[in-house]
Amino acid sequence: MSNSPSAISFSQVCKRYRGGHEALKNLSFEISPGEMIFLTGHSGAGKSTLLKLIAAIEVPTEGSVLVNGQNVGKMRRATVPYLRRNLGLIFQDHKLLFDRSTFDNVMLPLQIAGFPHRDAAKRSRAALDKVGLLDREKALPIALSGGEQQRLCIARAIVNRPAILLADEPTGSLDSEYASIIMEMFKSFHQVGVTIVIASHDQEQAAKFATRTLHLDRGALAA
Amino acid sequence: MSNWFSLHWHAFLLAGRRLLLNPLATLFTALVIGIALSLPAGLYTLLDNLTSLGDRISGSQQISVFLDLDAQSADIAKIQNKLKKHATVRKLRFVSRADALRSLESSAGLGDVAKSLQQNPLPDAFVIEPATGEPAALDKLREEARKWPKVAHVQLDSAWAKRLAAFADLGRQAALLLAALLGFALVVVTGNTIRLQILTQREEIEVSKLIGATSAFIRRPFLYFGAIQGLTGGLAAWLVVDGGVSLLNNNVSQLAALYASDYHLHLLNIDGGLILLGFAALLGWLGAYLSVSLYLRKIEPR
Repeated sequence: MSNSPSAISFSQVCKRYRGGHEALKNLSFEISPGEMIFLTGHSGAGKSTLLKLIAAIEVPTEGSVLVNGQNVGKMRRATVPYLRRNLGLIFQDHKLLFDRSTFDNVMLPLQIAGFPHRDAAKRSRAALDKVGLLDREKALPIALSGGEQQRLCIARAIVNRPAILLADEPTGSLDSEYASIIMEMFKSFHQVGVTIVIASHDQEQAAKFATRTLHLDRGALAA
Repeated sequence: MSNWFSLHWHAFLLAGRRLLLNPLATLFTALVIGIALSLPAGLYTLLDNLTSLGDRISGSQQISVFLDLDAQSADIAKIQNKLKKHATVRKLRFVSRADALRSLESSAGLGDVAKSLQQNPLPDAFVIEPATGEPAALDKLREEARKWPKVAHVQLDSAWAKRLAAFADLGRQAALLLAALLGFALVVVTGNTIRLQILTQREEIEVSKLIGATSAFIRRPFLYFGAIQGLTGGLAAWLVVDGGVSLLNNNVSQLAALYASDYHLHLLNIDGGLILLGFAALLGWLGAYLSVSLYLRKIEPR
């Protein structure tokens, strides 16, 4: 099992929500380490659910989801946090904390992991620099533009130096100029070996940047 | 180790900041907890005072050993010897029949009665100052002395001391029961305060969980919060008890002065106070633990 070369592997995964809605139907695929994958499909096709299964935010109804060889659906509650520290999550709605500065938002994952303050501050500034927000570190997220908020969310996701990056519609609400800046960022992470899964409804963008595309249609994988 | 310390320090600072963010609410909660805890703590202090008052009085208690009227000086010497060797006897005073009559004659109102007596009706007696105030030891001495020849009667006022001790025990039981009940209330009060805290921190908890926070990490600042809140409540209770006792002391010293005594109530002792603080902090911690665990279980995926 553990010598599986895949970073992420789905086998015959079904996800039914309470109330009977079937979000994913019999999904099987593999993602190799270092791949940059686009997950496309209409809204409601199950892209978000798929990402949530990888991060153990949801549990599959059937089948198994392996991340680095670990079955995350059967994982003990207490070990889930350590899985998530190896993942960088970028949310559609950013999920920033508006009661603290840009800098403190990026600090949060490191504080959670128990980094000493000095190291954490150094890493946070490096992450902010990478997304071009270093000069806004004292600003509150509310004072940032939509594109800046998205970049802040990315900085928070990469500050832990995760091996896998999951992004749910990272450019969904941005104009094309901002969107391509962000896509360039993902490309640079890809070049240093990070495995990246990007959910996007934008087929064009996918065609432009992806090494491979998985297309979801009403919960099933379309060829 | 430094990792562990950094996590705890972070949580402690966060808890302190949250407490200071709402100083009025923090103060009120401390007062509520303080007043609730001051009831059992105050009762305990008063009982402690009562017990030490009992010790003080029974310490100056006397036992009288009355002899038969026909006791001869040889019998008296024998009894005196036995009493002198007895461990429970600290001081011994012999009051002869003649002395007793003389003191009766000189006492106001009874002088005439004593003079009109044909013969001295009073027996020889020993007045004992016991070495201990413990009712059981005094009882034992009485039972022993009673069986000696030429001893007519041994008078001992330990019954009231026993009653006082029993009463104090009952009071202590009641204080414990009260402490248990109000302790439960404290857990509920802190739990509820924490629940409100959680509601305002919901986003932070959710995001933290998503980016890899353990339940312990989420819980920790709330545990510090609950413990500190409990501790301030305990401190408030201590102040309430000591303030109350000081207030009572004005009246008590006046009352004692009428009896030519300098008696006054003592405050809650250090041991009791520290136990109070520890108890309050522990219950605050427990309330927080239950509250956060309940919430975390609710948001876990299934």
